[in-house]
Amino acid sequence: MKQGKWKARGRLGPGAMYHMMMLPGILFLLVFSYVPMVGIITAFQDYIPAKGMFGSEFVGLKHFMYMFKLPDIAQVVSNTLVIAIGKILLGTMMAIIFSVLLNEIRIKYVKKSVQTIVYLPHFLSWVVLASVVVNMFSLDGIVNQMLAFFGLENINFLGSNTWFQPLIIGTDVWKEFGYSSIVYLAAITSIDPGLYEAAGMDGASWWRKVWHITLPGMLPIILLMGVMSLTNILSAGFDQVYNLYNPVVYESGDILDTYVYRIGLVGRQYSFGTAVGLFKSVIGIVLLMSANQLAKKYTDRKIF
Amino acid sequence: MSYSANLKDRIGRFVIYAIVLMLALVCLLPLWNIVAISFSSSEAVSANAVGLVPVNFTTAAYTKIIEDAQFWRSFGISVLRVALTLVLNMILIILMAYPLSKSKRDFKGRNIYMNIMIFAMLFSGGMIPSYLLIKNLDMLNTIWALVLPGAVPIFSVILVMNFFSAVPKALEEAAFIDGANPLQVLFKVYVPVSIPALATVALFSIVGTWNDFFGGLIYMTKVSNYPLMTYIQSLNVNIADLLQAGTNSSELSNLTEISNKNLNAAKIVVAVIPLLLIYPLLQKYFVTGIVVGSVKE
Repeated sequence: MKQGKWKARGRLGPGAMYHMMMLPGILFLLVFSYVPMVGIITAFQDYIPAKGMFGSEFVGLKHFMYMFKLPDIAQVVSNTLVIAIGKILLGTMMAIIFSVLLNEIRIKYVKKSVQTIVYLPHFLSWVVLASVVVNMFSLDGIVNQMLAFFGLENINFLGSNTWFQPLIIGTDVWKEFGYSSIVYLAAITSIDPGLYEAAGMDGASWWRKVWHITLPGMLPIILLMGVMSLTNILSAGFDQVYNLYNPVVYESGDILDTYVYRIGLVGRQYSFGTAVGLFKSVIGIVLLMSANQLAKKYTDRKIF
Repeated sequence: MSYSANLKDRIGRFVIYAIVLMLALVCLLPLWNIVAISFSSSEAVSANAVGLVPVNFTTAAYTKIIEDAQFWRSFGISVLRVALTLVLNMILIILMAYPLSKSKRDFKGRNIYMNIMIFAMLFSGGMIPSYLLIKNLDMLNTIWALVLPGAVPIFSVILVMNFFSAVPKALEEAAFIDGANPLQVLFKVYVPVSIPALATVALFSIVGTWNDFFGGLIYMTKVSNYPLMTYIQSLNVNIADLLQAGTNSSELSNLTEISNKNLNAAKIVVAVIPLLLIYPLLQKYFVTGIVVGSVKE
């Protein structure tokens, strides 16, 4: 009936207006998100830029077979997984610990100032922070000066395949723990204060209150965030790795995204690069779907 | 006994304060060190003598930046990019979030649009097809390559959509009765009551665009067209990579000539200043934004 009224006045009804409002955005998505999806066919071709996507020869799964035979790819996938999982586990732990501790800070301006400072690195780009990290961890940087002070061997963090992954994981945790703690702090605030009072009456120590009330109260959100982070398991952080690595540590530092960039784009092997990228996207979407199911099953919430 | 419990409590509290403050310092001091380096003489910097206080205080690095035409060109490109992206993002977010906040019954086709968006968020053609698209559209080395691909920030659309759907229905109905059309309702009712959510996504847009170096890296083939972050990134980049990417030798010599530590530090400081200026605003809004945006029942 409402629709009829609009039409009777000779104007567009809300329905038609709604479609028109959606139009510009959807057009952008079609051009800049969906057209590249069509471009995936280059993964099944020997793409030659001069011949274009519709003139190049189809070669089936050649590039995928090649990819799975390359010795590099196992190394790259394993680097990606180690770095991503390390970041998820340590980052989550650190954010939880920090939010529990920060929650104990009662002096308001101390709490506020600490928050302002620890959120800051999240807003700076890895381009900027890479210089900060290089500055600290280079051979003559402050970290090595400290090692020397304690009589320990110098470590070439940025040029050592043993130390590069821990460095990547550690500095990412450093950048993000403050910001990730926001959701955990919100979860702590929503815990019923009555529980703490009751526990206090029973003589529970601070540690027991944390263990038996705070952590269980945070559990749903911890699970949800954990499940959501599964989605990122094949994106170990292009910006960070790209800005910190160098040929010496390709062996331990190359992740799928940097590999696609290096081999596919810089090396101009467009078809091969697209194939590796597609491999990543497909596994990513499978993981995301599973994560969503897991989230629904265990936390009663879903991601989308 | 109560005294010792009290003492234990106080020690515990002290330890917690100490840990938290230490973590804050660990976040702050490495950044502060860069500021100190930028104000120190290059001799002191190469001798590693700079801690938290500038050694041989000098603003030489900053005067050098003032003369660096490429730095300001890149700065300008970044400002233009942020401005264009912000305008485009906000228009598209608002226009899309409003119809999508309606129920399936009020807006036929809502779920189709929603699926188009979610699929685009989950799956992508990847780096190389995107590059080939921009290349085929002849947008390499234009500002549009830095602006248009990110025109629709899907996560932000969903965030604002959730916010819009919490606006009381009565407000909208009253406006309809007064003869307003959906576009008027959107801009006169929904937008004004949703300022916190809109500010959050606007700030996401600004920060994300300002910080992005990758768009510039793949879509700009000339250093002169680099946005600021790509330019700064190129200062530390491996020369061999550049050669492989086909950068010409005069650009290379430019890059090596200016790569020295305190000058780079000063460039970083200047590049971060715009973010620090909006940081207070940012902090006011993003906590709500994050909590609203990340959790959906």
